[in-house]
Order: sequence, then structure tokens, then C-alpha cells
Amino acid sequence: MKRLFSKESVYASVFGILAFACLIFLAGITLVLFKEGLPLFAKVSLWDFLSGTAWYPTHEDPEFGILSLLAGSLWVTAGAMLVCLPLGIGSALYINEIAGNTQKAVLKPLVELLAGIPSIVFGFFGMVVVAPFLQRLLHIPTGLCAFTASLILGIMAVPTVCSLSEDALSYVPASYREASLALGATRWETLIKVVLPAAGSGISTAAILGVSRVMGETMTVLMVSGGAAIIPHSFFQPVRPLTSTIAAEMGEAAVGSTHYQALFAIAMVLFTLTFIFNIAAEILSRRYRLKLGIQR
Amino acid sequence: MDKEIRMRAEGVNFFYGSRPALKDVNLEIYRNQVTAIIGPSGCGKSTFIRLLNRMNDMVPKSRLEGRIFLDGDDIHDPETDVVDIRRRVGMVFQKPNPFPKSIFENIKYGLEINGMRDKSVIEDKVVDSLKKAALWEEVKGRLYDSALRLSGGQQQRLCIARCLAVEPEVILFDEPCASLDPISTARIEELLMELKQEYTIVIVTHNMQQAARVSGNTAFFLLGEIVEFGKTQDIFTKPRDSRTEAYITGRFG
Ligand SMILES: Nc1ncnc2c1ncn2[C@@H]1O[C@H](COP(=O)(O)OP(=O)(O)O)[C@@H](O)[C@H]1O
Ligand SMILES: [Mg+2]
Repeated sequence: MKRLFSKESVYASVFGILAFACLIFLAGITLVLFKEGLPLFAKVSLWDFLSGTAWYPTHEDPEFGILSLLAGSLWVTAGAMLVCLPLGIGSALYINEIAGNTQKAVLKPLVELLAGIPSIVFGFFGMVVVAPFLQRLLHIPTGLCAFTASLILGIMAVPTVCSLSEDALSYVPASYREASLALGATRWETLIKVVLPAAGSGISTAAILGVSRVMGETMTVLMVSGGAAIIPHSFFQPVRPLTSTIAAEMGEAAVGSTHYQALFAIAMVLFTLTFIFNIAAEILSRRYRLKLGIQR
Repeated sequence: MDKEIRMRAEGVNFFYGSRPALKDVNLEIYRNQVTAIIGPSGCGKSTFIRLLNRMNDMVPKSRLEGRIFLDGDDIHDPETDVVDIRRRVGMVFQKPNPFPKSIFENIKYGLEINGMRDKSVIEDKVVDSLKKAALWEEVKGRLYDSALRLSGGQQQRLCIARCLAVEPEVILFDEPCASLDPISTARIEELLMELKQEYTIVIVTHNMQQAARVSGNTAFFLLGEIVEFGKTQDIFTKPRDSRTEAYITGRFG
């Protein structure tokens, strides 16, 4: 007699359900986000929401323009990239190329350990050490500004970028290096022209995950960015990124109020940004693979 | 007949850590000749051939004793520029290792790192070396395709073209046909016969017939030592050492 369920089909359905559950959660989150956020646009036009520079959600005559928050996010993210990409990729190169086996055995786990430090610790460090120092050094009204936020967030993202980039570098086959050296290339030429490009798709993935971490980071920016909802004109002005706006105001916004809906709408914006970002990354890395003739 | 010595190993010992891989190796490599290195796996053939262009420099905790000369200069001398040695002594590896770039770029790379900038000169050289490596007819319509899409045999010929483009004087082949089918192997062998007119060649091979067909001199390695070195014809028809005879008649290895 045939058994009702073969072992394989049980496995297949269990993993199928698990994978499906992920999708359902994701869909649920998206649904709630849009359900709570979209009603805002009955009261505030999408254009006013995106292009308005005034964010006065609790005024008598409230305004919900997020342009300055968006600008804050972009400034901080761009600044953090300037910190974490050179540091992360540079240290990956050091660990992979220059460090000996013993150094590598210590450094790699150490860097990965750094990735586990809670963001509040970074935020606290930025608030009590970096910000006052910067304030005294530059004689600015406050050290809690885009610069400090970028610096701290950038350093937070270094372990992610470094660890993943190092993985990518170590996947580059030794035969590529040998081929290059045997042609009379120096170690440096080999690194820049052969190893780095070969690890390119892995390193860009590392960079993208680093950016994602920075863009979505909340606690730290809340603590060190200064919180002023104005479009910054320099790195040394306080800013108020999208994430910290949500974190700071969600507690006081009455459920279902316009303010509440506006915060959800901000989350929608963040969601969309990250989404676009990941799609772009996927397209880029697929193009790259095609160029290399690697089929998936 | 007086033949000119191009490279010479003199009392070479080589250690991986404390483990010896080569013991007192003495060998002459003559100009415009193919020197074959045969012997069972793990007996130090690759180790030896990689010493000839200093590819073993990067092996951690390794140690070399003795000297290797290229035209009378000690290539491991601290004064010697390793990059220069590798430019003069090219290498083709066991597994074809084209860069993950286009066919054109694979060859251009070597030219560029050797300081060539002129676009039209580079283009000429690329075509030229592809022709020399007997690959031109097969790839002329798709120079900008990825080299990784070529067949194994084509990839290996591309690696040969890439090596030829930088105009080495000596070319080292470490089992270049080990991963290829018989037809590709035959093509590479034909190519070797042509190349020896112009270049000094050292080839490691597992294939006795190949060694017999292409080489002028043959060295038989066993457990890190040279058992016998001499004219290929002599090695294969009247070996002096019983171990050589046992190996070439296929009784071990
Ligand atoms: N990088 C290395 N580190 C340590 N031992 C090695 C290394 N490369 C080769 N060996 C050892 O040296 C011996 C000779 O190897 P090899 O020169 O590759 O032999 P062959 O090419 O004749 O098969 C082998 O015992 C091998 O295990
Ligand atoms: Mg070998």
C-alpha cells in the first residue's frame, strides 16, 4: 500500500510553510503600514507632505512637511557612508591582504564582535564623549549634529562592511592572484585591478547592507543628531532624520490622529526608500554577474 | 653541439616549514628547448617549477637553499626585482585561470601593467598573441565576451596568449593539459611545438607520450630529488636508473 505522505513531501511542505510565513509577515507589515499611513493623504496632499519643510505636528494649525526630515536622513546617511566605506573596506583589505594568519585569527572575530554592540551604547558614547568634545573643539552651539550622527553611525556600520567585504575578498580564487603576479604585476596592481573587481559584487552588497543599517538606525540618531527639523546647511547643524522622528513622537501621538497617520506615512517613505535601494542593488549585482558570465 | 644555458638550478633545497620538498636539485634549462619534468604526484615538480619564477615567495614559512640562475643572475638575490623576473619568466597553470573579464581585457591587463598605454598598439598586440596561441579564429568575433564562457581548452589557450603578450623569454607550464580533453590537449601540444622555436619552455607533465613528443630534455623527479636528467630520447629508450624505467613503463606512479 502506498503511504499517504512520503518523507520528502513532508519536508517540502514544512519548509514551504516556513518560507511562506515570512512572506505573510512581510505582507502583513506592509499592509498595516499603508492602512495606517494612507488616510493622511485625505487631509494633507502627497506633494505638501513630501516637499513641505515645516514639521509642526502638534501645533494648533499643524504642518506635516517632511522635506527637512528627509534631508536630515540623507545627510546623515551620506556622511556615515564617507566614514564606513573607506574604514570598512580598508580594514577588510588589511585583514585579507596584509595581516598574517595569526593577526587574521584575532582581528576577524574581534570585528564581528563589534557588530554585536547594542546601538544604544554607541549613542551614549556619542552623546557624552564625542558631542561635547566636538563642541569645544569647533566652538559650535551643540555637538549633537549631523556630523556626530554620521561619525557614530558610520563607525557602527564598519564591522558589517568590513566583515562582509573580507568574506568577499577571501572568496576570490587564489588562481586570479597567481595569474596576475605571474604576468609581472606587483601585489598592489593585483589587489586594485584583479582582486577588488573580482570581489566587487560582494563588496557592493556589503556596502548596501551597511547603508541599510545606517538608514534604518534609530536609537543612535535619536541620541546624537540633535533633533532639529530643519534642512541642514552644514554637517555641524542639528538634524532630525526620519527614523528618530518616528521614535521620538510615536509615544505621544494619539492612535488614529493625523499626527499618528503622518508618522506611519513617514514609515512608508522609509520603507519605499529601502525597497528601491535593495532592488537597485539586486539589479546591479545581477548585471555584474552577467558580465562575468556567471550563471545562477 | 653546444647549447646555451638559459636557467640553471644549483644545489636547490626547498622546505615547507620543516618538511623538505626538494633535495639537492641540479638542472640546466637550455635556450629554445622544451625541458620536461616528469614524476609521480607530490614529488615536488610544481614546487620546483614555481621556484623558477619565484611564485613560491608568498608561501608562508617556506625556505630555499641553493641558487637558481637566469642568464647567470641569481633570481633569488635580494637585489633582484621579482616583478622583472616574473615578466621574463611567464607561467601557465594547471587549471586555466583567465580573469573574470572579457577575452580582450584578459590580454590587455598584462600589457597595461607593463606600461603599454597606446590603444592601437594594445589592440594589435592582443590580436597578435591570440594568433600565436592559435585562438584567434575561434574568438575573433567575440573579443568582448567574458573569458569564462570559453571552453576549458580555449581558456587555457587564452592563458597562453595572455602570457605571450608580455613577451617572456622563458615560459613555464605546470601540467597545462591536466584538465583538458584529448582534442584540446593535442592543440596545446601543437602549439608547444611552435612556441619552442621562439621561447625556452619548461613543462611539467603526467603524460609520458606528451613528454616524449614535445621535449628535448627530460628530468625525472622522485620524492623531491632528480633521479635522472638527460636527453628525452635517452631517458625514454635507455634509462640509466631502474626507477626511471619503472616509472616510464608505468609500473608505478
Ligand atoms: N603550499 C604548500 N605548503 C605545504 N606543503 C606543500 C605546499 N605545496 C606543496 N606541498 C607539499 O610538497 C610536496 C610536493 O608538492 P608539489 O610540488 O605540488 O608536487 P607535484 O607537483 O610533483 O605533484 C607535496 O608533499 C605537497 O604536499
Ligand atoms: Mg603539481
